Amino acid sequence: MRPAGKGAHESLYFTYPAFTAPDRAHVLEHEGCRVAIVGAGPVGMFAALTLARFGIASVLFDNKDTFNDGSRAICVQRSSYQALERAGAVQPFIEKAYGWTMGRTFYRGEQILEFEMPHSDSEKYLPMYNIQQQFIEQYLWDAVAASPLIEARWCSEVTGIEDTESGVRLSVQDSNGRYQCAAEWVLAADGARSAIRSMRGLRLKGDNFPGRYVIADVQMDHAYPTIRRALFDSKSNPDKTILIHRQPDNIWRIDYQMPDGQSEEEAISEDNIRDNVGRILRDIDYQGAWELEWWSIYSANTLALDDYRDGRVLFIGDSAHIVPIFGVRGLNNGLADAENAGWKLARVLKGLSDERLMDSYSPERRGATLDTFENATKSARFMTPPTRGWTVMRDAALSLALDHEWAGAFANPRQMEPFTYTDGGAVLPHMETVCTVKPGAVLPNERLSDDTYLSDLLCNGFTLIVLEEKDPGGLDDLKASLQSLDPDLEIITSGHIRARFGAVGLSRLHERLGTQPGATLLIRPDGYLAGAWPTCVAGDIVAQVTAAFGRKETH
Amino acid sequence: MALNFADLEIVYEDLARTLDRLSPSEREVFLCKLSLLMARDLGDLSRVQAMIQTAQNHLEKV
Repeated sequence: MRPAGKGAHESLYFTYPAFTAPDRAHVLEHEGCRVAIVGAGPVGMFAALTLARFGIASVLFDNKDTFNDGSRAICVQRSSYQALERAGAVQPFIEKAYGWTMGRTFYRGEQILEFEMPHSDSEKYLPMYNIQQQFIEQYLWDAVAASPLIEARWCSEVTGIEDTESGVRLSVQDSNGRYQCAAEWVLAADGARSAIRSMRGLRLKGDNFPGRYVIADVQMDHAYPTIRRALFDSKSNPDKTILIHRQPDNIWRIDYQMPDGQSEEEAISEDNIRDNVGRILRDIDYQGAWELEWWSIYSANTLALDDYRDGRVLFIGDSAHIVPIFGVRGLNNGLADAENAGWKLARVLKGLSDERLMDSYSPERRGATLDTFENATKSARFMTPPTRGWTVMRDAALSLALDHEWAGAFANPRQMEPFTYTDGGAVLPHMETVCTVKPGAVLPNERLSDDTYLSDLLCNGFTLIVLEEKDPGGLDDLKASLQSLDPDLEIITSGHIRARFGAVGLSRLHERLGTQPGATLLIRPDGYLAGAWPTCVAGDIVAQVTAAFGRKETH
Repeated sequence: MALNFADLEIVYEDLARTLDRLSPSEREVFLCKLSLLMARDLGDLSRVQAMIQTAQNHLEKV
């Protein structure tokens, strides 16, 4: 919502684009596509960019004529920056967003916890960046619009979906009329109230938390670094919690738990928003002028589909799962869904993998959701205790934290590292332990020179890292065999690393990954470790990669 | 090693007087703070969990 007198998209700092429906003759002429993506929010657009990264064309459908209203998600984590980089879309984010590493928690006006998110100079990116969702959508849109492989159809509502022999047929309604569009696969990125999900007869399952939050963005000249602040039982919101985040363009996110005794309707009236925000700003010693930009309301939920795949339809982002905001996993998990579905689908569509590869999508990404639920549930119970028992224990922990540092840990928002994939995932089975990173985990980064990181060496497809002391013979044959499984695959050897970054670079790499000379690692196109071998035995590697990712069925 | 009875009686009386000084809601939070402090010092999860069970016995007779 926006202040009285302002249009739905009349922002203090952002100009929303105005899209129109595609040309009628064009949509009637082009009756089919390989992949239809429903929903051109950040997750849908990123899925299209990921498919384009592997040369797969897609059509994006969205029923709106512009971006999502207001800034919703604002925290983009390190792993998402790596994913954006792989899709060639990270640069504008680097230029605009505010990176941060630190959070502070206050109880009754006193600081009880200052936490640092894991960070070191091995990392190319900071653990977290704040940027408004409008900018996220704008930058992704700029990349989408520049891609010859992506066609966006705005003002286009998908009103029907039916299975066909070769995929799915969508019914589409736009301002020029109705038409049908066939697709081999559909990615449903149409958000928390997904129409595709309802049309497929599927429901999210899980829990709702009782506390309600108001999210308000204000513009003000407030001198405070980019540090997440959480305030418990403050003067301005007694017994309740407040979160404050800095965003670019002098925009500040004020998230506050609704005071008792206010109905939802009262809480979101402009007068009450101004009263509550004004009180909070005085509480943090801000005396200057401020302007109200936008506000909304939400409650914490942990809801997910039982299966993120329904035949040729894959659910990505909020259409598949709704997580409480406290772990900043809504957008970040959505982007990871899109990349996971994207690289696998590209392999299937190119005939490099069997359709069975798509069976690994739901176990991997639903696993990540359930992991998020576990942590976010802890955070949500601390931020908005659901019952007397949780309230009393929370108060006890906060009260102890005033003079016992260890008790402050209860207030940690648990913004987690990416989930490690295990059962049912696209990871090689029965791997020996040859490094400290488990197959299924994100490959850690390492700085190899002033301006080059390990992640910069990875190629678009799979990457094989051969850390034999001396480059073994037969690498060209190994590369040729593996490239028949993935034409984008490249091999990096100890020799390459030593030549470019010296013995120091190579030993840094061994130290970071906990590898011994000889170790051979296979990295997936999404930066996860797929498998590891103690030495580079070409026959074993080719056989195992073929079994896991190659085609078994002959067509 | 368990506290001897004489010392335990000092704790008993100290707690009784403290509970009397506190309001009902303060009492709840106080007892939870005390439990967390003692659990941390005890350093033995299974003993703490057993005590949480034991302390629930016979509450209906109170």
